[in-house]
Amino acid sequence: MPTNGVPTTLTQGSGTRGGIGESTLRPDGTLKVTGEFAYSSDMWHEDMLWGQILRSTVAHAEIVSIDTSEALATPGVYAVMTYDDLPADVRHYGLEIQDTPVLAHGKVRHHGEPVAIVAADHPETARRAAAKIRVEYRELPVITDEASALAPDAVLVHEHRDDHHIGHVPHPNVVHRQPIVRGDVASARERADVIVEGEYTFGMQDQAFLGPESGLAVPEEDGGVHLYIATQWLHSDLRQMAPVLGLPEDKVRMTLAGVGGAFGGREDLSMQIHACLLALRTGKPVKIVYNRFESFFGHVHRHPAKLFYEHGATADGKLTHIACRIVLDGGAYASASPAVVGNASSLGVGPYVVDDVDIEAIALYTNNPPCGAMRGFGAVQACFAYEAQMDKLAARLGMDPVELRQLNAMEQGALLPTGQPVDSPAPVAELLRRVKAMPMPPERQWESSEGADVRQLPGGLSNTTHGEGVVRGVGYAVGIKNVGFSEGFDDYSTARVRMEVVGGEPVATVHTAMAEVGQGGVTVHAQIARTELGVGRVTIHPADTRVGSAGSTSASRQTYVTGGAVKNACELVREKVLELGRRRFGPYHPAWATAELLLEGGKVVTDGGEVLADLVDVLGDEAVEVEEEWRHRPTEPFDLRTGQGNGHVQYSFAAHRAVVEVDTELGLVKVIELACAQDVGKALNPLSVIGQIQGGTTQGLGVAVMEEVLVDPKTAKVRNPSFTDYLIPTILDTPTIPVDVLELADDHAPYGLRGVGEAPTLSSTPAVLAAIRDATGLELDRTPVRPEHLTGTA
Amino acid sequence: MRLNVTVNGRPQEADDVWEGESLLYVLRERLGLPGSKNACEQGECGSCTVRLDGVPVCSCLVAAGQAEGREVVTVEGLADHAEQRSHAGGAHGTSLDEARQWQARGTDSQTGEGTRLSPVQQAFIDAGAVQCGFCTPGLLVAADEMLERNPNPSDADIREALSGNLCRCTGYEKIMDAVRLAAARQPEGV
Repeated sequence: MPTNGVPTTLTQGSGTRGGIGESTLRPDGTLKVTGEFAYSSDMWHEDMLWGQILRSTVAHAEIVSIDTSEALATPGVYAVMTYDDLPADVRHYGLEIQDTPVLAHGKVRHHGEPVAIVAADHPETARRAAAKIRVEYRELPVITDEASALAPDAVLVHEHRDDHHIGHVPHPNVVHRQPIVRGDVASARERADVIVEGEYTFGMQDQAFLGPESGLAVPEEDGGVHLYIATQWLHSDLRQMAPVLGLPEDKVRMTLAGVGGAFGGREDLSMQIHACLLALRTGKPVKIVYNRFESFFGHVHRHPAKLFYEHGATADGKLTHIACRIVLDGGAYASASPAVVGNASSLGVGPYVVDDVDIEAIALYTNNPPCGAMRGFGAVQACFAYEAQMDKLAARLGMDPVELRQLNAMEQGALLPTGQPVDSPAPVAELLRRVKAMPMPPERQWESSEGADVRQLPGGLSNTTHGEGVVRGVGYAVGIKNVGFSEGFDDYSTARVRMEVVGGEPVATVHTAMAEVGQGGVTVHAQIARTELGVGRVTIHPADTRVGSAGSTSASRQTYVTGGAVKNACELVREKVLELGRRRFGPYHPAWATAELLLEGGKVVTDGGEVLADLVDVLGDEAVEVEEEWRHRPTEPFDLRTGQGNGHVQYSFAAHRAVVEVDTELGLVKVIELACAQDVGKALNPLSVIGQIQGGTTQGLGVAVMEEVLVDPKTAKVRNPSFTDYLIPTILDTPTIPVDVLELADDHAPYGLRGVGEAPTLSSTPAVLAAIRDATGLELDRTPVRPEHLTGTA
Repeated sequence: MRLNVTVNGRPQEADDVWEGESLLYVLRERLGLPGSKNACEQGECGSCTVRLDGVPVCSCLVAAGQAEGREVVTVEGLADHAEQRSHAGGAHGTSLDEARQWQARGTDSQTGEGTRLSPVQQAFIDAGAVQCGFCTPGLLVAADEMLERNPNPSDADIREALSGNLCRCTGYEKIMDAVRLAAARQPEGV
């Protein structure tokens, strides 16, 4: 099968060790394995206080009264604050819509909403004092789903909306609505020989990063505050925090502390403002660390969704049309819901060619926990449903499910439902071919010389089967994810690069505000600097707000955009260094003026390989420094009625094959293998790329068979906020994950790279579901699948 | 209360410990050893795993008072612990020859370059088993303890031994690689 595109080649720096394309090791690896790496929850300061948040015990209620007197009188307590104590007129924040109160005002809209904050000299004192705050609630009816949100007498979750979406939504309990209409579904339906319909449910997933929300706020002498924080985007936090603190942005300093994972869950603010408020109020450093229980309330989750799909095809398997309606539950506050709607709708038909589409996606305001960003961001829910539909269609047509997908797979040049052409390689069919071609794990892999190894069987060490009732199934899925912020967002990054001689050696220093959350951006920045500047030693400056914004560590964008900014700044530094060299040494060798010059191995060389000078001599005592913003090509918003528009920057494609074994009597699933093929454009660091793919795949596995935040539909209260009750995959639940990496350059992107992190989270879930359907013959229209769904006892 | 506990071979004393504090809290907040991590504080994630008299435990579930008079090894002491084990059978402490050859190690304060590592720590770095790193300290203590008991583990053995340690970043594949690597790098006969 032919593929479009070619692998990337380098023109500069390919002779320098530790550059791009090598699996260099993490610069923070040693600190992380010795316990020395300072995570946000490890911060400590002389005379430091501990902050604690009091959260609502009900989901929807008027606050009748708050009595803090007993809490304030507790020995060791330094401050108690409620809404009335906020220092500025601005008292709400939000990523796009400022609808979230810093502390509840008159009303709480979801279970676990912050109501009051306490600072004390010991965390337990702070917890006990918070428990002594008396809040009287008058409960209101709860909005929990589309029916209750849009009912004629529905209570409005937000009474006085004035955001920019209110003008085009059908009801004030709808945050945002995005239709996408292309072609003519009604007449295409006439051409269809088969039509399959499905209604699918996607459960609420938690990011479950291991490092809890935490940070240390230190008051400063000028009346400002310095926050050491785990976040995904320092400058976005700053923009939301400063107005609420009543401070200009230059008096709120932000330094990135060690981040223990993120996956979207740190895109919104959590304890940032609360810690700063308490520090400014008490004049003392204040540390806040959530425990796991609080963490489940302290960040947004992945939107649960209801998805309604209709797929039509001709008898030979060509898609005629797709109609779908995606209802996302945004919970009590907007967070990233509008952008999630944009993704779910624009990527709603998947990586397939279909001319006639009718898509609608909406996000609701409800009294459920607020939902926002999580790895895959709207594309995950859609992929689960459209891939289930493709299998259903294949079964109806009597076709092989992989062949049906390949027959309809998009290629470079195809149009998305938004009318936007896919103008870079789109090897969808090839990825499916590759993942299908991987060797299969052996049948009865649980058999050993000593009989069945129960650890390899469903149920594991619970010893529930030795192979009886165990059936194997195989399933495939493929997905499409956008890379970067879409819909016209000014998605830039800033990098400052400095080059100078230190200790007799040329050294590059890279300073960005990029949040390293574990993805390995710091590794890649050093590699880019080595490649572009031909140096061996690179220092990565800690991320802070003394340099311009690097945008969010989200949307698979950091290597593309901040990596692009680092590359660009390095190129500018290189030009200046060569200029310096021409001034100093130009008269001595004509090649300075005539040849193409490169920096490699600490030297200036001609493209013919002749060494002209050592960088040490070129630089001398001078330091060359550049700080520049860098942008990818612009995007535009989707039309609010038709959804047309060039909204996306780039796409990322991955395909999975899942092999499962199911104990059909007990409904227990063991995923045996989860193979992935992904096009990454260019693997800047192959080891990290594979780590991203395996990690993303595993999060998709989690939401396929175990992960769901359970919310009581009667009370809208969270029922399982702990790792005892919300299960994420352990090493026993996770199979081997063979990865086949394809590198087809995207000519629009630095080095031809493609954002990597999210695509594997999309197709992993539907592949596992397809494999379970294959094993059991059941329809399975929801995820996660639990034993009761397989045994008919749900 | 006052707590006396030996941590990584050094006797430690902590005053004014509240009876409700966990061993994890005392290590992190009172003894300046934040390497043991606080991901769930309910014994589910294993990120706080330490050795208590040699046995791996979730230090969040150990009341500080239970550690009175006992020996604790944390991730900060893992390199020393591994080195002592490799010298096991001989005398403890520093030999005269070693003492004569001692010199200050230049360690890079930003990257930790030059730090002495145990084999399992080095293997985690080399195999790419570290992403955000929050689960890493607990996994290292657990993996090191398993290799002490079982120097030639099968994949199923590794998975069983590490099943109490959650990782959200890696999908565990590189962790499997790291433990296999550490096992393969052991000297013969260990």
